[in-house]
Amino acid sequence: MSEVTEGATDVVPTEPEVELLHGVPVTDSLGQQVLHPTREQYVPLVEQLRSEGYWMAVDLCGVDHLLTPGRRGLPTGTEPERFEVVVNLLDHRNRRRTRIRLQVPDGDAVVPTLFHVHPGLEASERETHDLLGIVFDGHPDLSRILLPDDWVGHPLRKDESVGRIPVQFKDPTASGGPRP
Amino acid sequence: MSQVVDPTAVDGPDDVVDLAVLDEARVRLSTDDAVLRLSATEAEERSGYQPPTDEGLGERMIMNMGPQHPSTHGVLRLVLELDGEEITRSRPVVGYLHTGMEKTAEQLTYLQGPTNVTRMDYAAPLFNELVFSMATEQLLGIEVPERAQWIRTLMCEVNRISSHMLFMATNGMDLGAVSMMLYGWREREELLRFLEQVTGLRMNHNYIRPGGVAADLPDGWEEHLDGVLSVLPERLEEFDTLMTGQPIWRDRLQGVGVITAEEAVSLGATGPILRSTGYAWDLRRDLPYLCYDQLDFDVIVGTHGDSFDRYSIRLAEIRESIRIVRQCMDKMPSGDYRIQDKKVTPPPRARIDESMEALIHHFKIFTEGFKVPEGEVYVAVENPRGELGCYLVSDGSSHPVRMHIRAPSFVNLQTLPHLMQGSLIADTVAIVSSVDPIMGDVDR
Repeated sequence: MSEVTEGATDVVPTEPEVELLHGVPVTDSLGQQVLHPTREQYVPLVEQLRSEGYWMAVDLCGVDHLLTPGRRGLPTGTEPERFEVVVNLLDHRNRRRTRIRLQVPDGDAVVPTLFHVHPGLEASERETHDLLGIVFDGHPDLSRILLPDDWVGHPLRKDESVGRIPVQFKDPTASGGPRP
Repeated sequence: MSQVVDPTAVDGPDDVVDLAVLDEARVRLSTDDAVLRLSATEAEERSGYQPPTDEGLGERMIMNMGPQHPSTHGVLRLVLELDGEEITRSRPVVGYLHTGMEKTAEQLTYLQGPTNVTRMDYAAPLFNELVFSMATEQLLGIEVPERAQWIRTLMCEVNRISSHMLFMATNGMDLGAVSMMLYGWREREELLRFLEQVTGLRMNHNYIRPGGVAADLPDGWEEHLDGVLSVLPERLEEFDTLMTGQPIWRDRLQGVGVITAEEAVSLGATGPILRSTGYAWDLRRDLPYLCYDQLDFDVIVGTHGDSFDRYSIRLAEIRESIRIVRQCMDKMPSGDYRIQDKKVTPPPRARIDESMEALIHHFKIFTEGFKVPEGEVYVAVENPRGELGCYLVSDGSSHPVRMHIRAPSFVNLQTLPHLMQGSLIADTVAIVSSVDPIMGDVDR
């Protein structure tokens, strides 16, 4: 696969050609580099980027796009799925960031873990599992982290109710009506 | 001992680690047994005496510390596996303060967003508002006026001092220097009084908002701030006398809770924990935002990566922040404190009385909120505890599809088992305190 250096598309082409980095489509989101690997490319890509200087995995989170099924800035060839796993990487020496957006289908929300590449993502993967129900295959300890162990459901999913509980500020019967 | 690194030195982080060292640390961290991998329920069931196992482990004891414990600064629970007095494995259990603030953010408009995020890291609320506002502004594609940028820089640095003062107070209290608790709170209160003068509230300010700040600096702010800043240096000298040079204080912290640079990088630790290892990484200098590229300050690093370095880095950062605030006071430009874009910021109160259009804009902004173009963005700032990030996804409506906060305290907590392995149970308090987690930020 051809390697194209970043910042090469100043002119917007009429027929959008997908730029590739290590065989992975690259897009630009408000000046930030975004990579769109497949699930097979995901772990080797992060490993490759790490060897190039992206030493720190700053953050990992998930997004549920149940109510926003559009293209949402994805390059041609990358099919939008319900879930996205977003990983932010940081290169200290060259002072640059990159971001990975991985599409995860609803029926098969399983993603290989990055724990063995970046041990610091352990808690973030647990959090994403806890709140969105994405399974990180190979994670050493995929238990709930923010919610209690016996919690049912994954609250950050869009089909999960917000669960508004009506608040009774004052019991009208207890005090016998409004105060004088 | 902490040392000062020349901010123009480009080869800061490179000297400390390379990829081979990182690889080694990664293998060690992902295979070592510092982390006690028990779920919260299992830890409860198995607490108490553990007989010797077939794998050659001797007698052990599993102990739950917290969540209600004065030294855990909130509700942090530690599950410790002990061999006598020594900690063999451990694990932080979090989530007791989880209130689903990321979910709440999806129900709120972008204008209401800062009221929500400001409650996350309650010791440094302005940074939360800042990172959310910066992410929103980047999606909107707007540039806030220069004065607003300077006000934000100034307020954040005042907040950094007050947050580090809180650390000084609690760290002192945890280690038995109880008078330090009173001094730290006293100094913090004076800074909070300034924040109150400007924002109207001591905490949870909702002051930095998309488009600028909520209000201009009030009359007399310079005198007030100058009065606070001029007493701080001598108070910091007192801290030095009380703690830094004291043999008891040093013995309690030096060599306790040691972490190496490669471990900190692999675990994603940022802020004073990363810098205590000698790894000079500070977003204010390395990926400047706001007005930090026009300010002169030093990045403080340590050498040993122990609790004492983390303490002295924070003490030195207070001095650096005072320098920054002074420069902000000198350079404060005149101009607008928020962008005059009727689609983003409400019109001035006086205009509402005379202009129908202004009234409509005002009504629209507060009932529907403003619409933010479709897109996604990650913005990070240097909070007193490390990198505070905000990942914001918009679908073009007035509510975010997803608002994720990369909380420094949450990620930094992962270093705890590695810091505590092999140390004495009496040092637990010193180590937890030196990591300085804010549980509101951890649990969100």
